[in-house]
Amino acid sequence: MTSFNTATGPGRGTWISVATITLLAIAIAIANLGFPPDSALHVPDYAVALLGKFLCYAMLAVSLNLVWGYCGILSLGHSAFFALGGYAMGMYLMRQIGTRGVYGNPVLPDFMVFLNYKELPWFWYGFDQFWFAALMAMFVPGLLAFVFGWLAFRSRVSGVYLSIITQAMTYALLLAFFRNDMGFGGNNGLTDFKDILGFDIQTRETRAALFATSAIFLCLFLVITALVTRSRFGKLMIATRDAESRTRFLGYRPEKVKLFVWTLSAVMAGIAGALYVPQVGIINPGEFAPANSIEVVIWTAVGGRGTIIGPVIGAFLVNGGKSWFTGLFPEVWLFVLGALFVLTTLFLPKGVIGTLREGWIAKRGIRTSKHLEDGELALPKPQPQAAE
Amino acid sequence: MTRILALIGLLFALITTPAFADRATLGPIISEFATAKGFKGVEVVIDKLAATGDPEVGNALRALSAGNLRFRRSDGAVFIVTSGQALDPITRETVDVGTDDPEKFKKVRVKNSIRRKISAALSGLTLMSPSIDRRLRAASTIFETADASALEALEVAIKDEQNQDVKAAFEDARASATLASGRDDADKITAVKHIAARGDREALSLLSRFEGQSEGELKSAIANEIAKIESSLAIWANAQNIWYGISLGSVLLLAAIGLAITFGVMGVINMAHGEMVMLGAYTTFAVQEFIRATAPELFGWSLAIALPLAFLVSGTVGLIMERGLIRFLYGRPLETLLATWGVSLILQQTVRSIFGPTNREVGNPDWMSGAFELGQLSITWNRLWIFVFAMAVFAALFFIINRTSFGLDMRAVTQNRRMAGAMGIRTSWVDAMTFALGSGIAGIAGVALSQIGNVSPNLGQSYIIDSFLVVVFGGVGNLWGTLVGAMSLGIINKFLEPYAGAVLGKVIVLIAIILFIQKRPRGLFALKGRAVES
Amino acid sequence: MNRRKFLVSAAAASMLMTSVSHIALAADETIKVGILHSLSGTMAISETTLKDVMLMLIEQQNAKGGLLGKKLEAVVVDPASDWPLFAEKARELISASGSSVVFGCWTSVSRKSVLPVFKELNSILFYPVQYEGEESERNVFYTGASPNQQAIPAVDYLLEEEGVERWVLAGTDYVYPRTTNKILEAYLKSKGVAAEDIMINYTPFGHSDWQTIVSDIKGFGSAGKKTAVVSTVNGDANVPFYKELGNQGVKASDIPVVAFSVGEEELAGFDTAPLVGHLAAWNYFQSVEAPENAEFIAKWREFTKNPERVTNDPMEAHYIGFNMWVKAVEAAGTTDSDAVIAALPGITVPNLTGGMSTMLANHHITKPVLIGEIQADGQFEVVSQTDDLVPGDAWSDYLPESAPLKSDWVELNCGNYNTETKACVGS
Repeated sequence: MTSFNTATGPGRGTWISVATITLLAIAIAIANLGFPPDSALHVPDYAVALLGKFLCYAMLAVSLNLVWGYCGILSLGHSAFFALGGYAMGMYLMRQIGTRGVYGNPVLPDFMVFLNYKELPWFWYGFDQFWFAALMAMFVPGLLAFVFGWLAFRSRVSGVYLSIITQAMTYALLLAFFRNDMGFGGNNGLTDFKDILGFDIQTRETRAALFATSAIFLCLFLVITALVTRSRFGKLMIATRDAESRTRFLGYRPEKVKLFVWTLSAVMAGIAGALYVPQVGIINPGEFAPANSIEVVIWTAVGGRGTIIGPVIGAFLVNGGKSWFTGLFPEVWLFVLGALFVLTTLFLPKGVIGTLREGWIAKRGIRTSKHLEDGELALPKPQPQAAE
Repeated sequence: MTRILALIGLLFALITTPAFADRATLGPIISEFATAKGFKGVEVVIDKLAATGDPEVGNALRALSAGNLRFRRSDGAVFIVTSGQALDPITRETVDVGTDDPEKFKKVRVKNSIRRKISAALSGLTLMSPSIDRRLRAASTIFETADASALEALEVAIKDEQNQDVKAAFEDARASATLASGRDDADKITAVKHIAARGDREALSLLSRFEGQSEGELKSAIANEIAKIESSLAIWANAQNIWYGISLGSVLLLAAIGLAITFGVMGVINMAHGEMVMLGAYTTFAVQEFIRATAPELFGWSLAIALPLAFLVSGTVGLIMERGLIRFLYGRPLETLLATWGVSLILQQTVRSIFGPTNREVGNPDWMSGAFELGQLSITWNRLWIFVFAMAVFAALFFIINRTSFGLDMRAVTQNRRMAGAMGIRTSWVDAMTFALGSGIAGIAGVALSQIGNVSPNLGQSYIIDSFLVVVFGGVGNLWGTLVGAMSLGIINKFLEPYAGAVLGKVIVLIAIILFIQKRPRGLFALKGRAVES
Repeated sequence: MNRRKFLVSAAAASMLMTSVSHIALAADETIKVGILHSLSGTMAISETTLKDVMLMLIEQQNAKGGLLGKKLEAVVVDPASDWPLFAEKARELISASGSSVVFGCWTSVSRKSVLPVFKELNSILFYPVQYEGEESERNVFYTGASPNQQAIPAVDYLLEEEGVERWVLAGTDYVYPRTTNKILEAYLKSKGVAAEDIMINYTPFGHSDWQTIVSDIKGFGSAGKKTAVVSTVNGDANVPFYKELGNQGVKASDIPVVAFSVGEEELAGFDTAPLVGHLAAWNYFQSVEAPENAEFIAKWREFTKNPERVTNDPMEAHYIGFNMWVKAVEAAGTTDSDAVIAALPGITVPNLTGGMSTMLANHHITKPVLIGEIQADGQFEVVSQTDDLVPGDAWSDYLPESAPLKSDWVELNCGNYNTETKACVGS
């Protein structure tokens, strides 16, 4: 915050993270496709599907980190954008089924045939084209975020109030999408997909390709995060986060900063959702559940908010733990997960990455201000009125 | 004396079989239940019993209707079996059957149509019963079934009836029976007017049934009265909606009021709040189980006993949470969200491990069951008590915060912690007590909410979002806001529901809240002053 | 610093990968039976019991000497009521743990979520819950009731025995109630019920405030015609629904409610005294007097160490399904999916109501239909029972789109064969 003109472009750390993810992704894809199943180096298909899912979660966490870690907006409704992006992709995949549905209707998806729809509702038009669906996966979450943010930031709704109304937003969408009359398949959602861009969605090659695409987008998101936060605009974001009123008195318009970051983040979450759906094979209103949004916050916090790579680490750690424990100790995994959240907030308030870095700083005696310039480790100081 | 004479006269007038058929005639018929083949066979036996015209059959038929009539597998002797005792089916005197093995007895099976048959058969026989309750029930059965054959008996009964309530019920029944009888239209039109004066749904139902069967003047009279009842019911429907709204509002208020302390006053985003409510509900369950096992006669008091215990259980868990976790997180409100979310997962799984994942049965004491009529409003006792209870909790909390020294300390600490500390208030103790109070209040809310909903490990999750919305909508840090917020959300919801449906109604309310927060970013009753920017 | 960050990322990734491949390297000396039921989250209420039943059945089979000379081994995972997690866990059960067969799922959406996985990996799923039909997959065996094995006989009973003329179809807004109500609406209209005598109402999952709807039902019932409620209200919403019915004085003798999702397990969470006489339609009741049933209940109580534990319909479905699978594996001499799938149709095993159930070519089974009235002790009294076993029908005859469809995996090798165009749709 001391200077606005020092750092430009992503730092060395970001590039190394990006390179690491890319290398790992390539290695896993090769290990999956290139080695026979009995080879020691073979990565099973099951693991690729799982890691692909985690990559999408990581993207979602990165998008949340952009608004929460760097701009101080705690969204408890980010899974709404994720799910909307997912629905856009799901609608495309539904249209691709064509006559292969159980009723063999060339235009209407099965659930519409069954609910007596005579023709396709207007909002399903165009989704037979991939480019349109891809556009909508970004546009719809972006538009929702823009309208919501425009209203909320203009009237200076902030802090807990904002968090709660983002939760209300995703809850309202959850209820609405549960209704069968909405035309999105109700509780069952959209499922039984056949192919994407002409490729069979269940082959290993398509899976590996989707996995690789997710990895590429995750890297892209990391670079975007780094670019945005290290730019002059990024300084303004951090200023808004740490002292909104002061920033306003200095003549800036924090609401515009917030609106831009918020919308960008929603678009990123939408893309993550669009990549998630073909990999897990289903999208249904459960994705809007407020608990899901809270989980995203937790991934970000565990990994370290306000750091570039932290949310990725957090998403992998928590979800990996979840997958592992639900298989290994199905009866007690909630205890472990619960304890993880409690212990992280108590003992690793800055997350895994934040705490590691702090240890590093203490060891090397590097001045904290240097890192504030990097825009990577500036967490808000405790409020003056708070207890010790 | 006159009643007995009248009864004798009536029975002689109506039926040919001798009255006061003794044990010798009833006994063999009742024992036919043991050999009756299927439901059809049971119906035949009921017909035979009813044909005796003897009010003494009442005990056996009532027991049959309640599913308490059983026969001994060995010899087919029929008994009434209740709470482990065998009774004589005619006199209800205790009989020593020499065995307490329930396997030795087989139940005479009943179903709804048989129950209806029994109550119709009994209604003709119990118009003269000494029990007011039975006479009333007989009258209402005749009213509902419009049993023309009971008309003459009713007219005799009306003349002798001393009790005004019963007499009015008999007159209603007579009007209903008149409609079904072969009397002339003038009589029937009088009867229609009489029935329509009740103005309730039963009257509407009865009149609608006869509208199709009648002609000419009578038909138009019925149609006319139906229209009148419908328009008056439509007005009552609004009152009904308001009451439903208030009752939903009380539920929201109860769910949210503990959060108004932990979140509203202390600023802790307490995601484990719902679990405190759940703990209260499970405490109620445990108390009821204990009472059922040790002192069933105290069951009516189970909620009163559960209240302080629930406060203690939830309050203690709250205290442990505050001391062990939350006190390290003051000043980082958003992080309390994560930690308390973790606590909520742990609490849910703990309860699931101890009590199992399924719903547990929490019974309603008698005084919380059923409904009463207020005009054309049907008000259920449990909703009424929950409303009263919510108001009492609100008043008590309001008193604690505004009129006690602890409340003063609490307000001082939340308004200016350092200053309060400097004045000698033990701020950390006040924090702990405040959090325990909020949690304890959530616990006693759980006692009340266990009366209307599920008691399962997921109970807390179903209230948490609504609770936060109520507190935020009402204005953080203001109890009045929580009250007004809960009530207005409840009423708006209930007025939207008939038009938009339950789901869309709720979606509209959520969007309305989001828009409302834009207009008033700090809720309905916003705190003013310096604390606002923090 | 950056090197450390690299190390952390690499370590995290490799830790995950080793844990994943570790599971894959499990030994192969036992036959693995996957159990895919939620043990946490909203569906744990219903599904946990089914996991326990499976553990009991597997233990009993092992006591009898296992299967094909090998012991059975239960692989339990927790999909946590999270639908995409169901797909992930199904994949884990099949490819990582090497399960030969999976018993699992409760909700329709969880079944839809795992379907592609079972098709892709060519494994076998036994699905034990009554469902909406309109589906027949090669890899799935449906041991619960299809609509013609539950809803239609229940409505027939009300029409004939209770003389019902006006109908409230109340359900939770998801696919099972929607389909069932559509079928019932068409069926009732074919029986001459007028459109204004049918009221359809949908509520969200976990709906808790039933005041308005119960009051509407009372209003609808005051039109002078005998009225009944057909309830497809799901799970959690039932407790407040029945409580409100009881408190507002809706008696079974006036407006009976017949439910398709309320069984003994659900009633254990109610005070049933005010509900005596309301109805439920299932293919099994705990109160049925049959030697197999008495034995099953005794073993179940011994296994759970709870002398009060109740049994219910989906538990019976797992009992039938498991025994069918055992028999089919013995007949095929292998646990190989293709062989077992081919062996299953035609297999007949005893059910718990004193009869035999057969696996049909459409992967549904034959079942008796029972109508029971709720008793004060939380059990059901059977008041009506179909004379013959009813074969499960995957495609309803009362829906125009599905009437021409038929499923036959033996002769036609097709789950949705169109009898008009003489073609297997979608292949």
